[in-house]
Amino acid sequence: MAEFRLPKNSRIRKGRHFAAADGSANVRRFAVYRYDPDSGENPRVDTYEVDVDSCGPMVLDALIKIKNEIDPTLTFRRSCREGICGSCAMNIDGGNTLACTRAIDSVKGDVKIYPLPHMPVVKDLVPDLTNFYAQYASIKPWLQTRTPPPPDRERLQSKEDQELINEPAACILCACCSTSCPSYWWNSDRYLGPAALLAAYRWLVDSRDEATGERLDELEDPFRLYRCHTIMNCTQTCPKDLNPAQAIAETKKMLVERRY
Amino acid sequence: MSLRAPLNQVLGLGTAKDGTGHFWRQRISGIALVLLGLWFVASVVSLGALQYDAVIDFISRPLNSVLMLLTCLAVAYHSNLGVQVVIEDYVHANGLKLAALILSRFAHVFVAALSVYAILLIGLGA
Repeated sequence: MAEFRLPKNSRIRKGRHFAAADGSANVRRFAVYRYDPDSGENPRVDTYEVDVDSCGPMVLDALIKIKNEIDPTLTFRRSCREGICGSCAMNIDGGNTLACTRAIDSVKGDVKIYPLPHMPVVKDLVPDLTNFYAQYASIKPWLQTRTPPPPDRERLQSKEDQELINEPAACILCACCSTSCPSYWWNSDRYLGPAALLAAYRWLVDSRDEATGERLDELEDPFRLYRCHTIMNCTQTCPKDLNPAQAIAETKKMLVERRY
Repeated sequence: MSLRAPLNQVLGLGTAKDGTGHFWRQRISGIALVLLGLWFVASVVSLGALQYDAVIDFISRPLNSVLMLLTCLAVAYHSNLGVQVVIEDYVHANGLKLAALILSRFAHVFVAALSVYAILLIGLGA
């Protein structure tokens, strides 16, 4: 059955408190999910007081400051710090987003930071994305053609056709959308989730791709595609302002269209 | 920890090559229910106090009988499709899921048959 409560060893306990240094003027509190599988202990929420006057403006800046100056055991992924690598996706103030593009100022009260929801946790804020990446690989995210490429140049595409793939191709695979989707929470073993379906759509509408039929065949499944119940959390939470829900709806329309 | 490759697990038993029919029928029955629902609500309102004789008289008129039949069948059909989705969403144990799907199908067919019988009884003036 679907799980509506966390398993016993996943229930969160109160953690440690790290007070701000004396003389800090502008203090914000960060409540951060902590879990260390090696300790055998339940997850906990540690609170850190950070002087934001001596810190960059984004949540990621605060996490880096905490790791550098307060608690080096805090574990999280980050790389580009400009919203293009998707590494620092996490649940901040109740919504999935990128820590590097979410301003501390935009959060009222304590800044609550958890890993992406309903995923196995490797450590602290690092989720296990193995299944997520395998789902992406399963949709064959590369150009498939039968027509050989012209000998003297690349395959051409009109400006209008290029614009069709512009938005879906901008996905950075941060997994914010898929892990915000209740349908994905209950059925991620069989439902591909909005991120993989947006990627599939990017190839479905690519004017150069010649495997549209086979791609639709692979998606036509009560679980792989049709677990989407247009909840639209994906579109609401996407830190890149993309619209996976619309891509899924367009895919369903294509599947209906080829029947009639 | 499974020794199967992650992609192997995602590919699973492959695609059912099905689902669009269910999706389409759910939309069609939904549209039908919007129209039939409007008629049904308007009818109930126009009947006012819902006196037994007045309701029997209303349903026994041919057009009303047919529309009432369609409403009941559409409700049962649409509900059958919807409950199927709910079961697939939340019941993950294979045996229990199959049993729930079969039971739901039987229950919906039973309710549909019951309402068809009742309306025909009234409509054909038994």
